[in-house]
Amino acid sequence: MTYWNEQIECMDRETLSQVQLEGLQATLNRVYKNVRHYRKLFREIDFMPEDLTSLDMLQQLPLLTRRDLSRNYPYDMFAVPLREVVRLHTTAFNFEQPVVIGFTANDMANWAELTARNLAGIGVTREDVVQIALNFGIMSGPFGIQLGAEAIGASVIPISAGKLREQVKIMRDFKTSVLISTPTVALGLINAMAELDMDPHGMALKYGIFGAEPWAEKTRQEIESRLFISASDTYGLTEVFGPGVAWECPAKKGLHIAEDHFIAEVIDPATGEVLPPGEEGELVITTIGKEAFPLIRFRTGDLTRMDNTQCACGRTHCRISRLFKRCDDVLVVRGTSVTPDQIGRILARVSGEEPRFQIVVDREESKDQLVVVIEATDTYFFDEMKKQRRFVEHLHREISEFMGWEVNIRLVEPGTFDPYQKVVDNRRFE
Amino acid sequence: MLRLVNVNSHYGLVRVLKNVSMHVGQGEIVTLIGANGAGKTTTLRTISGLHPVKAGRIYFQDRDITGWPAERLVELGIAHVPEGRQIFSPMSVNDNLELGGHLVYKHYGKKRLKSEIDQMLDLFPVLGQRRPQYAGTLSGGEQQMLAIAMALMSGPRMLLLDEPSMGLAPMIIRDIFARIARLQQERKLTVLLIEQNAKAALNISDRGYVMETGRILLEEEAGALLANPEVKRAYLGRDQREVWE
Repeated sequence: MTYWNEQIECMDRETLSQVQLEGLQATLNRVYKNVRHYRKLFREIDFMPEDLTSLDMLQQLPLLTRRDLSRNYPYDMFAVPLREVVRLHTTAFNFEQPVVIGFTANDMANWAELTARNLAGIGVTREDVVQIALNFGIMSGPFGIQLGAEAIGASVIPISAGKLREQVKIMRDFKTSVLISTPTVALGLINAMAELDMDPHGMALKYGIFGAEPWAEKTRQEIESRLFISASDTYGLTEVFGPGVAWECPAKKGLHIAEDHFIAEVIDPATGEVLPPGEEGELVITTIGKEAFPLIRFRTGDLTRMDNTQCACGRTHCRISRLFKRCDDVLVVRGTSVTPDQIGRILARVSGEEPRFQIVVDREESKDQLVVVIEATDTYFFDEMKKQRRFVEHLHREISEFMGWEVNIRLVEPGTFDPYQKVVDNRRFE
Repeated sequence: MLRLVNVNSHYGLVRVLKNVSMHVGQGEIVTLIGANGAGKTTTLRTISGLHPVKAGRIYFQDRDITGWPAERLVELGIAHVPEGRQIFSPMSVNDNLELGGHLVYKHYGKKRLKSEIDQMLDLFPVLGQRRPQYAGTLSGGEQQMLAIAMALMSGPRMLLLDEPSMGLAPMIIRDIFARIARLQQERKLTVLLIEQNAKAALNISDRGYVMETGRILLEEEAGALLANPEVKRAYLGRDQREVWE
């Protein structure tokens, strides 16, 4: 069993809770001093950060949503002046008002530490060649992985996603031993290998870390058996660093949360009440080490279960179950996120009125497909074929451009679907 | 080794320490930095039992020492070197050291006391030359070394140092800090340090806490604190022209 930072990863629970209390108190003191949003919030409930004496008192604080973050767009949630921020990322969530996340130099160092723990945990050493097939720029993930891999001393190929046939050749020639990508891209690479008649046995691949979108155990088996690697899950969100927040150790029984940097809670998404370990609810994260962009009780929207039992790998940090579902209407497809609201707004912009529509997600040939089914009303239906075709093409172009990949549009007769069910997700993860 | 959980301290009605939590691990050097009046000295005095704890708990080697009198804490192995080189000026260096070693004398007798003093003089050769001299006639740096030597005479496991560099010339400060770092290595001492001269202190430290008006604002590895622009601006005396937007 390899650890990157054994002292912290296997720290006894008592010391860990001391570290968490110190971090929480310092973070609360800092955000109260530097961030107007928290100051206002805390004053409303008559809470002084200096009065917090236990980790349980965190439950009294209000929850933070993505809306709060975008309301404070761009820089109002920063706890340090912009001058000290060395990196800016924006979330995968294409809200009208996106969220900007800043990192100080020290945040970057911590991020490297967190992803290095993840990589070292699955067995990556300085001998390895790490191919990062994630989109640089659109996601913050690849940057974090790169930092961690370089901290370990591994060789990084920051290749981004796409041009899968070329990637496969690079993978073979560069002797890539670790693949980092979304599961969809991994399956795409497998297909590309088959097309090129390449034998995965001839590759140097040993490990794979996959994330950024939900993926089933079945997909894991498929990737593992066809690439002959060990595939692990990782979880992170741009608001909270990105990858490195939680990840699977070789025991593959849930994802360890880096508890020296985050306090995780699982709440009932409807009532906001904290649930006991083992019950499924929404994951809420409080950062206790971030300088530029601290978050207090941030609702991730992801459903999970908490597991406080000791893991076989020896790490003492708690685990969360793998994340497949969301409790809001955000759809995570091919590493990008979309809400029905956003699609509705695009449709309204093109045609002048928001139609009744439904988003259908399917998994075809191990790739997520998105279909926007629209009820054909007068505004959406033309007698002239040419006009009709041009209109649908226009819709198709607008939505595909927004998503960044091909989306299908289908016009149907009224009454073919339930207009109140905006999303139909036919993918099966569990 | 030392653990503070939600420690509160008052001066009269004024709450000086507001739920301060911190820890110092075995063999670590930890620095507490902060502006004047932040509560650094109070924190140290509260740990060493010179100031009452209003609320919260202090643990030393997993033992709850909250509210213990100062003399018992010294026996337990916590030595406090107060601010401003508090030595006995009208007494000789030798007498000062003997005073510092009263516990050694009490428990092990005169012979052991003598050898302890010899060890101290080995550690601080300057004091050997000044042994018969009145402590008040020593230079500032020598007085500080004497103060530290006095604290070490009780054979502590943990040393609390309050501004060892105060009023000293930069060269002497460097010397003092080099000695503190050596002490930690040679004697496996754990050190909690308060410093205005944050840069010199952080250079020899493992971790640091930043304190402001009785609250802990930041906890970081020493290197990260040194690189932190805000800490630099506020406590390291650089970039003073820059202003907060």
